[in-house]
Amino acid sequence: MTNTTAAPPRGLPGFDGLDRLITLMTGAEKHAPAAHSTTDALWVLYSRVLRVTPETVRDPGRDRFLLSKGHGPMAYYAVLAAHGFFDEEVLSGFGTYASPLGHHPDRLLVPGAEIGSGSLGHGLPLAVGTVLGLRAQGLTDPRVWVLMGDAELDEGSNHEAIAHAGPAGLEQLHTLVIDNASATHGWPGGIASRFEAAGWSTATVDGRDHEALYAAFTAPHPGRPRAVVARVEPKG
Amino acid sequence: MDTMRDRFIATASQLLDEQPRLAVVLADISADGFAPARRAHPDRVINVGIREQLLIGAGAGMALTGMRPIVHTFASFLVERPFEQVKLDFGHQGVGGVLVSAGGSYDWPAGGFTHMAPGDVALLDTLDGWTVHVPGHPDEAEALLREAVDGDDRVYVRLSLQENRTARAVGGGAGFPVVREGRGGTVVAVGPMLDNVLAATEGLDVNVLYATTVRPFDAAGLRRAVGAGPGADVVIVEPYLAGTSTTAANEALAEVPHRVLGLGVGRAELRRYGGMDEHLVAHGLDPRGLRERITGFLRT
Repeated sequence: MTNTTAAPPRGLPGFDGLDRLITLMTGAEKHAPAAHSTTDALWVLYSRVLRVTPETVRDPGRDRFLLSKGHGPMAYYAVLAAHGFFDEEVLSGFGTYASPLGHHPDRLLVPGAEIGSGSLGHGLPLAVGTVLGLRAQGLTDPRVWVLMGDAELDEGSNHEAIAHAGPAGLEQLHTLVIDNASATHGWPGGIASRFEAAGWSTATVDGRDHEALYAAFTAPHPGRPRAVVARVEPKG
Repeated sequence: MDTMRDRFIATASQLLDEQPRLAVVLADISADGFAPARRAHPDRVINVGIREQLLIGAGAGMALTGMRPIVHTFASFLVERPFEQVKLDFGHQGVGGVLVSAGGSYDWPAGGFTHMAPGDVALLDTLDGWTVHVPGHPDEAEALLREAVDGDDRVYVRLSLQENRTARAVGGGAGFPVVREGRGGTVVAVGPMLDNVLAATEGLDVNVLYATTVRPFDAAGLRRAVGAGPGADVVIVEPYLAGTSTTAANEALAEVPHRVLGLGVGRAELRRYGGMDEHLVAHGLDPRGLRERITGFLRT
């Protein structure tokens, strides 16, 4: 069983080093924090919550992280590199023919990636199936996390998954919604209310506050799936 | 006698008892039939409700954890409605599963076009790596299902209420067996079309091949059959969209001068109810319609 998180091994960058890793992909001298809406939440997950390391990426008992929001995966690649899933030298090839790192991730090419994504609305249904598959094998300890954007919630497939996971009591399932207010028609009543109506445990936190994220990620939610809405700066 | 769908439910329920890696994922269709299996294996018989995108995604998610999912509903809702999920959640993720449909192209004519899926196999033809089984009898459906659950690949099993009077040995990678030998051309009958093809070609000097596993297409078998006659004239009779396998036949015969006629369900929506027999006549797939078109093409 995998009971340790992937704390950055000695010699690898910490959170403060992510900017430099992202720059290896973007080539930009500086980047606007708003362009990296997922960075903080990903960092807290990988450094303090997820029980998966480069050594345990094939362990059936590992935690799973499914990046559903496959657009703009630079922060994800940087966090994976910072945790030693692959060498940071790979980052500079971002998007080129010989690189495993595309503008949308491919699980068969990226070490540590649980799914390939890009087309919106696939991660949460896959995560539901992952929990069901783990449960069917008696693996009730591993936790499954899926990250999506607020606009991605517009996809109907996600609502099929939300509506099923609540009544099915999929306690191992966790959805992290990065809310940068980019959904075209918005979410009157708030995003969390949609999950709550389907029986999920929810929290809405500041997506830049590492302690608030950690507390929301690790709060107990017996018998219910968990949704954490992380609010960040509105998309410009 | 039981239908292919009855046999599927009975066989899959039994396989669930024997194979702990197996799971069945449903979207309400056939949920009553699987109720006993669900009581016996509540974690491995999953009914997601009327949610077909989730149906495919959840099945593929189970496959990501090493399970072997059987995913089932009517063909329209299994292949056509969640097609991008079929393409990405199985194909792009690089995982396998067994999709089992019911309803086919004209099984419930009184239900109208919403419950017909003549384009399902053609749609899967746009994807890589799918094995497609089209059984013509419940015994064949059972044999092909048992073979499918043993693998790790992506398999589509297309069940129908139309069936042949007798079952034949199928599966095992045997290709298209020769049912009747002749010299004036080759007719490939797919699954439940065999009885009508045999009736339509009675007394004609033609080869008849029987295809239940249509993808991969038995190119070598077709070349062998064609090589035995004077001309490479081929007719393919399929219970779904006419011409679906014409490309595969053309590829198989690329080195041989040949002609191919693809018969099957017409592209135009009939907007008729009624019964299956009436729809087979309307599509020219009854023995009389087939004979007229086969003899017209082969000039036998």
